[in-house]
Amino acid sequence: MRADTPPIVEMRGITIRFPGVLALDGVDFLLRPGEVHALMGENGAGKSTLIKALTGVYAVDDGTITVAGERRTFATTADAQAAGISTVYQEVNLCPNLTVGENVMLGHEPRRGRTIDWRATHTEAERHLRSLGLELDPRTLLSTHSIAIQQLVAISRAMVLEAKVLILDEPTSSLDRDEVEQLFGVIRDLRDSGVAILFVSHFLDQVYEISDRITVLRNGALVGEYPVADLPRDALVTKMIGRELDDLEALSRSAHRVIDRTGEPVLRAEGVGRRGVLEPADLEVYAGEVVGLAGLLGSGRTELVRLLYGADRPDHGRVAVHGRPARITSPRHAIDRRISFSSEDRRGEGIVADLTVAENIVLGIQARKGWMRKIRKSEQDAVVAEYIEALGVRPADPQLIVGNLSGGNQQKVLLARWLATAPELLVLDEPTRGIDVGAKADIQHKVSELSAQGLSVIFISSELEEVLRLAQRIAVLRDRKKIGELDSGDVDLDGLIDYLANEGKGSAA
Amino acid sequence: MRIWRHRLFWPSAALVVLVAVNAIARPQFLRITLQDGELYGALIDILRNSAPLMLVALGMTIVIATRGIDLSVGAVMAVSGAVALTIIDGSGDPGATGTVLVAVVVALLVSLVLGAWNGFLVSALGIQPIVATLVLMLAGRGVALLITGGFITTVNSAPLAYIASGYLTVLPFAFIISVVVITALGLVERRTALGVLTEAVGINPEASRLAGVRSRGIIWGAYMVSGVLAGLAGIIYASNIKAADANAAGFLIELYAILAVVLGGTSLAGGKFSIAGTVIGVLIIQTLDSTILFLGVPSAQSPVFFAFVVVAVVIAQSPRTRNALRALGGARRPRAAASVQDRPKVEVAS
Repeated sequence: MRADTPPIVEMRGITIRFPGVLALDGVDFLLRPGEVHALMGENGAGKSTLIKALTGVYAVDDGTITVAGERRTFATTADAQAAGISTVYQEVNLCPNLTVGENVMLGHEPRRGRTIDWRATHTEAERHLRSLGLELDPRTLLSTHSIAIQQLVAISRAMVLEAKVLILDEPTSSLDRDEVEQLFGVIRDLRDSGVAILFVSHFLDQVYEISDRITVLRNGALVGEYPVADLPRDALVTKMIGRELDDLEALSRSAHRVIDRTGEPVLRAEGVGRRGVLEPADLEVYAGEVVGLAGLLGSGRTELVRLLYGADRPDHGRVAVHGRPARITSPRHAIDRRISFSSEDRRGEGIVADLTVAENIVLGIQARKGWMRKIRKSEQDAVVAEYIEALGVRPADPQLIVGNLSGGNQQKVLLARWLATAPELLVLDEPTRGIDVGAKADIQHKVSELSAQGLSVIFISSELEEVLRLAQRIAVLRDRKKIGELDSGDVDLDGLIDYLANEGKGSAA
Repeated sequence: MRIWRHRLFWPSAALVVLVAVNAIARPQFLRITLQDGELYGALIDILRNSAPLMLVALGMTIVIATRGIDLSVGAVMAVSGAVALTIIDGSGDPGATGTVLVAVVVALLVSLVLGAWNGFLVSALGIQPIVATLVLMLAGRGVALLITGGFITTVNSAPLAYIASGYLTVLPFAFIISVVVITALGLVERRTALGVLTEAVGINPEASRLAGVRSRGIIWGAYMVSGVLAGLAGIIYASNIKAADANAAGFLIELYAILAVVLGGTSLAGGKFSIAGTVIGVLIIQTLDSTILFLGVPSAQSPVFFAFVVVAVVIAQSPRTRNALRALGGARRPRAAASVQDRPKVEVAS
């Protein structure tokens, strides 16, 4: 843990290029034995790419990797594993249909002559599990255990491989509080025995609880490496998000518009939540209001809107639309109540890539009308032309395959799909992520304009400036919990970052 | 748009080549004669004999478009034939048109129920299509044997025989059934939104669900259509041999149907589908079948010959071959029209 301990992993000047993208740009990273080192950064910062470089998934274009004093080039993950680097992923990568013991010992089963000695295998597995404080019958099927236990089994497996470096990629994302404590107990034991642990998590509280040191990445570049004690939360968040002075400052702050909140809200959610996904949260959205959801990735902002839209089923809470109780357990229910939702996963959950721009735009209307009543060609052409014009989709050809458009134009097509259904509440999850500045400005202007005309919007973005600019009210989430609401007139970027990082944690360090 | 870039160009070309080979080898192949107001000839035989495979393959096309597959079609054919012939056999008047009509309607209803069962397993229970339909594929023939009491039920009924062998005006009735079904499916695809919604569900189920498409109903319906069409095919088959043979009816037809769909240019990955393509695919298979017969390939070797031709057609159709050919021809151009799914995915990790 001391800075003068020679590092077990030393990565220098790591550069990785993907077609058209510089994923990592000369990043240095040091990992020392007996430390828990958190790797922090927003989505797209390069965390996973760096891990994949270290574990042999990606080849590095430039830079050196030294493990235990030896220069290494990992061609495969097996090479990295042989060098003592083990990874436990967010989605457990074990065999659910094998027993716990078989999973722990896979490939390292004790033999008797030419056959596997199953009795010894399971005894050995039990010993490894117990050394992590796990009282578990190694003969039970892995799939019968919770994700938390499966993750600990994966760690046991890493110990069988005599890992000197253990990488934990979002290990706590599906664990509840007690399970996290159990995992952290195991991590501390391993750290004290000299294992170097690389920890990736979006949960700030957990990072501060377990880590000794933090490395921050942003946009594929190293921001810096800091001892935890020297890096207060708000400083960390600022370093992760960075500050962009972009040409959007000119946009009139729709945030200053005064919203009439006397009547019934368009949407009122009380205590909506789901176990292991989001703690019960309240939210109200009034007519013509833009409510921003602020929080880091994984804070629960996407989870909240998915529950409200019925994309996932909530197990708590009540929802009322225009004051009338509404049971929304599927997207259809939401759409029937004039709520639309544009997912953050544009390719996976947004566009239908092989269909044309026109087909994608009218998909929402057509789904509402049902298959029997096909939207008339003339009507379709009019709607499509109107939205291509209004949103500035380029190229402005309705017959193009939407998968061949740029990200920003795909996003405009999605926005068109939802606006064409004439919603009263539009939920936009990261509508401007990964798109060019021009398209971003277009979308922001459109949101601002439509809300001024009475459309209610829930706006999610990792870019806090954007949220501050568009929203009149901001709900802040952290660690799967809504921690409060701010009036955007009362807060600036620093205030919001401070709130995001520290609210409910006492004062800033 | 150049003609060879049309998605139906290669399947059509394959069919034309097959017909040409036949026409050169035996000039009478193309001859169609009119006897007693009915058309006869090798081509007419192909059109008539293709009816069962045509119906099954059309149903399969819809199912495949939803990212599914229906392995049970052959078994459904067997059940349908068994139900129809058992009813006719057990009735007092097997030769009456009314008896046959009742038998056909009941058999189609049973097939609809079987298709609905598949659809239930896939869309409501979320079982993988290949597994879900495997259940009925294996169990169906047993059910058919149960219905016929373990025997091959044979009947002598003129209205039944008419279905496969009769003529309506100048054309074989079985061929007219094919044409009616093709037209009906084409109209539904064009005039309603079912075609595009089915494609949307097949291309991106989650995006479609979030867009409000009732994907469960669409998938369920696809299996029901496949069931009914397989049932109709089973009746035509039984009519042709005037018997319900639970073991031979529709044997391996699921595989030929899948082949026809693929030959027609519909991707097994789901999404974009082509009714016209499947029609051409079926005709290729049926023509090939008749070619093998004519060329006198020993029956033991005919599957091998068949396989060679199919492999050749599939290779000619594959996007890679076509790109390679295009590159050889020096006509390099961006693949703007290529399917998005063909492009290598660039993974940019965070």
